[in-house]
Amino acid sequence: MVPLPLHLPFAELEVGQQFYWQLGNLHLHGQVFLSSWVVIGALLALVVVGTRKMERDPRGVQNLLEFLWVYIRDLAREQIGEKAYRDWLPFIGTLFLFIFVCNWGGALIPWKVIELPNGELGAPTADINTTVAMALLVSLSYFYAGLSRKGLRYFEYYVEPTPIMLPFKIIEDFTKPLSLSFRLFGNILADELVVGVLAFLVPVIVPLPAMFLGLFTSAIQALIFATLAANYIGEAVHEEHH
Amino acid sequence: MTSWLLLAEAGAQEGGLFDLDATLPLMAVQVVLLTLILNALFFRPVGRAVEEREGYIATSRADAKQKLAQAQRLEADLTEQLKEARQQAQQLIVEAEQEVDKLYREALAAAQADANATREQARREIEAQRDQALASLSAESDRLGALIVDRLLAAK
Repeated sequence: MVPLPLHLPFAELEVGQQFYWQLGNLHLHGQVFLSSWVVIGALLALVVVGTRKMERDPRGVQNLLEFLWVYIRDLAREQIGEKAYRDWLPFIGTLFLFIFVCNWGGALIPWKVIELPNGELGAPTADINTTVAMALLVSLSYFYAGLSRKGLRYFEYYVEPTPIMLPFKIIEDFTKPLSLSFRLFGNILADELVVGVLAFLVPVIVPLPAMFLGLFTSAIQALIFATLAANYIGEAVHEEHH
Repeated sequence: MTSWLLLAEAGAQEGGLFDLDATLPLMAVQVVLLTLILNALFFRPVGRAVEEREGYIATSRADAKQKLAQAQRLEADLTEQLKEARQQAQQLIVEAEQEVDKLYREALAAAQADANATREQARREIEAQRDQALASLSAESDRLGALIVDRLLAAK
């Protein structure tokens, strides 16, 4: 632990402290995995309950799941296009659902009740590892999508409409995952910090607006991440009409 | 603020905000696994259900449209038939009226002819009887004349 030079109340928020797990000689952030397992468990439970008895006249949770499915399908279809969206629907949908339940889980589940030796539980998306992992998966996906659909012609995309675009397109390949991961990470972490600081300074009522705003931001961030991922894949599989 | 910046810098060794380690690949693997699981448990079955329903609704709609068209065709057919039947009935009535008229005229003509014939016959009979009566009168008067002549002659 780093000794803190200032003894402000903020200092007790334990920013950037990790609950380390040792796996061989690998360091893992235990709190990220623990909270991600909780939210994944909740998500899977919801899915299992909702799909246990599928009917043509949907009832109960099936309604919610079908709404989500249609919502994600429309998102993917709009961004990727009619031809290729089916292959990528599960990936985009998983990103959306996982980020959404992570964000909301981080805001709604009272993690503070559980004491960890070091660090604290929170939204898994407030850890840079999670967001970078997903952003890199998105990068791999759109490369794979472009290469598998168009072969080496995919690289024509880099010189379209003019070869002047080449350096910018190459830079884009780096900025895309960077912006994806940092946007999500920054938003969720900042939200947690704002709520944490407000709750620490004034424990009643005052943090509530920030919490609601946080829920709103969380949902929007999940949507943005999924939409951008779909958009990148759509760009990669897009056929130019000569 | 200083403390956070320090913490962020300190991440290189232990902890910190930008502490990238083996969590990253494992989280990526976890997300991929979650994608596979959700694909099997959520996206495929729910997608099948939704699309089956969409198909069902589409076919039902097409079916209903076809049935509606059929019903409309039948209705037009029946209306046509009804119109024809009405025309036929009208025609029948007209024909019957004409028939009745004709019969009436025929009956009237026959009755008139009959009456004429009877009257003619009666007239002829009357004439014949008158002729006969005249003839018998003239014969009688002839005879009486002759008788008177005879008597007068005899008296002389």
